[in-house]
Amino acid sequence: MKILVPVKRVVDYNVKIRVKADGSGVELANVKMSMNPFDEISVEEALRLKEAGKAAEVVVVSIGPAKAEETLRTALAMGADRAVLIETDDAVEPLAVAKILKGVAEAEQPGLIIVGKQAIDDDSNQTGQMLSALLGWAQGTFASKIELGDGSAKVTREVDGGLQTIEIKLPAVVTTDLRLNEPRYASLPNIMKAKKKPLDKKTPGDFGVDTAPRLKVLKTEEPSGRKAGVKVKSVAELVEKLKSEAGVL
Amino acid sequence: MAILLLADHDNAHLSDQTAKALTAATKIGSDVHILVAGAGARAAAEQAAKLAGASKVLVAEDASLENNLAEPLAALIVSLAGSYDTIVAAATSVGKNVLPRVAALLDVAQVSEIVEVVAPDTFKRPIYAGNAIQTVQSTDAKKVITVRTASFAAASEGGSAAIETVAAAADPGLSTHVGDALSSSDRPELTSAKIIISGGRALGSAEKFKEVILPVADKLGAAVGASRAAVDAGYAPNDWQVGQTGKVVAPQLYIACGISGAIQHLAGMKDSKVIVAINKDEEAPIFQVADYGLVADLFEALPELEKAL
Ligand SMILES: Cc1cc2nc3c(=O)[nH]c(=O)nc-3n(C[C@H](O)[C@H](O)[C@H](O)COP(=O)(O)OP(=O)(O)OC[C@H]3O[C@@H](n4cnc5c(N)ncnc54)[C@H](O)[C@@H]3O)c2cc1C
Ligand SMILES: Nc1ncnc2c1ncn2[C@@H]1O[C@H](COP(=O)(O)O)[C@@H](O)[C@H]1O
Repeated sequence: MKILVPVKRVVDYNVKIRVKADGSGVELANVKMSMNPFDEISVEEALRLKEAGKAAEVVVVSIGPAKAEETLRTALAMGADRAVLIETDDAVEPLAVAKILKGVAEAEQPGLIIVGKQAIDDDSNQTGQMLSALLGWAQGTFASKIELGDGSAKVTREVDGGLQTIEIKLPAVVTTDLRLNEPRYASLPNIMKAKKKPLDKKTPGDFGVDTAPRLKVLKTEEPSGRKAGVKVKSVAELVEKLKSEAGVL
Repeated sequence: MAILLLADHDNAHLSDQTAKALTAATKIGSDVHILVAGAGARAAAEQAAKLAGASKVLVAEDASLENNLAEPLAALIVSLAGSYDTIVAAATSVGKNVLPRVAALLDVAQVSEIVEVVAPDTFKRPIYAGNAIQTVQSTDAKKVITVRTASFAAASEGGSAAIETVAAAADPGLSTHVGDALSSSDRPELTSAKIIISGGRALGSAEKFKEVILPVADKLGAAVGASRAAVDAGYAPNDWQVGQTGKVVAPQLYIACGISGAIQHLAGMKDSKVIVAINKDEEAPIFQVADYGLVADLFEALPELEKAL
């Protein structure tokens, strides 16, 4: 079985985001970019399934600018076999990403697609569910455990009240939550090897997908800030202030 | 046209996330129908009918709808979608699971986790873990929206909407429910609690977490939260995680104990009315958002706090 893993190039999770003064967006020039953390977890899971003999090939795919090749190379260095870059300089919304990924899935015929639960830039949490809908497949979102069976998979999901386990028919789309695994680092030799692994380039047009946005961004602004308050010296002072000043006890 | 609001419930009880999402829905339009999809969900439907602002409650009951599986639930919503121009759900694990599936089947974009309704087609939503707020206008004929409930007050009771039965859609038969491991507790739920006390990596073990945090929570009638580090280390269950990828909360009082204040954690609690931080490192970033900061060892401060309450 082949596993397809979409990976997104996003602003590194450690970067302190700055909103542009003119409200047109966030500052992306000279900002450190990395693979979306959830997608590292997806790549890791796919590799573990391959290492366990349950998958034959791991194909990674990214939709984004030419530089997204770096993100794909990172995934190849972790151990993925092959990469597909769908190059575009437009900001592509989850629905259009899902449509492109559907095209990739139809070409690649994977038995499982492992998608991140959410991209930490747009925080949409949509793409995996949309892809699953477009393919008419089952979905297992927010997975903290995946057990592949014969023609089906058991997925343990992180839900509001705790954990839910479902069984889904394959092929399916699974989205990864933080506790699914601990992603590996790529070793130097593997980083070198990754440079020679195959990477195909395509465009959204190759899949007949129109990436025109459906949502018009009117403005991007700073959240209303919060100022640091006061330091209290003791528990007694804290309780007193919460009672008399804040009125919350 | 009317608005369809997907209820969040466990058949017996309607979660108060629905009442909060209803407030957002009524800011979009006045004719809001609440959909209760489940099995044996009459009780939840009756609770929904009492919410002020709902003009109708639709109940769909079928074995395939008992456990909120995405495929049959999405099929049901899509079968009803023709009569609605906006479909709304609270951004709970159910709403987040099913609504994007609905949006894709309707070929529309979803607006995720709105925190403000600017106009019926224009919304504010946080991006980058809440470090920026975007105002977006949907150009789709149908709008599909999830609501960050911490940003909206719950609709009050006092309504008496009519309850109508609707048919479930055919079950696509792609998934089955195996089992739940839900944490049961007598404490208030994180997303509706007035007071939350949260513990971080500093707690060091599940035993210490219980020993030090829970007595204070009990005294305060508070819900208990945790940082990702505490959950990953197994000190607290996953559904206690507060943050960008956990729950977003906005209680009257949030007490962060031994939590450094990473942006991903702040994303989940910085809209709380009053924030208290207890941390032994006076440079910890959590103090930059705390109204009251106590530089102390939590293993000494918390037992003392418990006695002082
Ligand atoms: C994609 C992604 C998503 C994430 N989502 C979330 C999320 O939703 N929620 C979340 O919380 N995190 C999230 N994180 C993780 C986040 O970046 C931090 O790693 C995490 O919040 C740190 O947890 P902590 O504050 O408990 O631990 P630490 O950062 O290790 O802080 C421990 C604190 O305890 C203090 N301390 C130690 N001993 C004592 C003592 N005896 N008394 C008092 N204070 C003491 C220390 O001074 C320190 O400040 C996410 C990360 C990524 C990459
Ligand atoms: N441009 C993209 N290229 C590849 N994968 C993507 C892209 N956008 C989103 N994804 C995938 O979809 C997941 C969820 O993204 P989102 O729905 O935007 O929060 C990510 O973790 C990726 O796995």
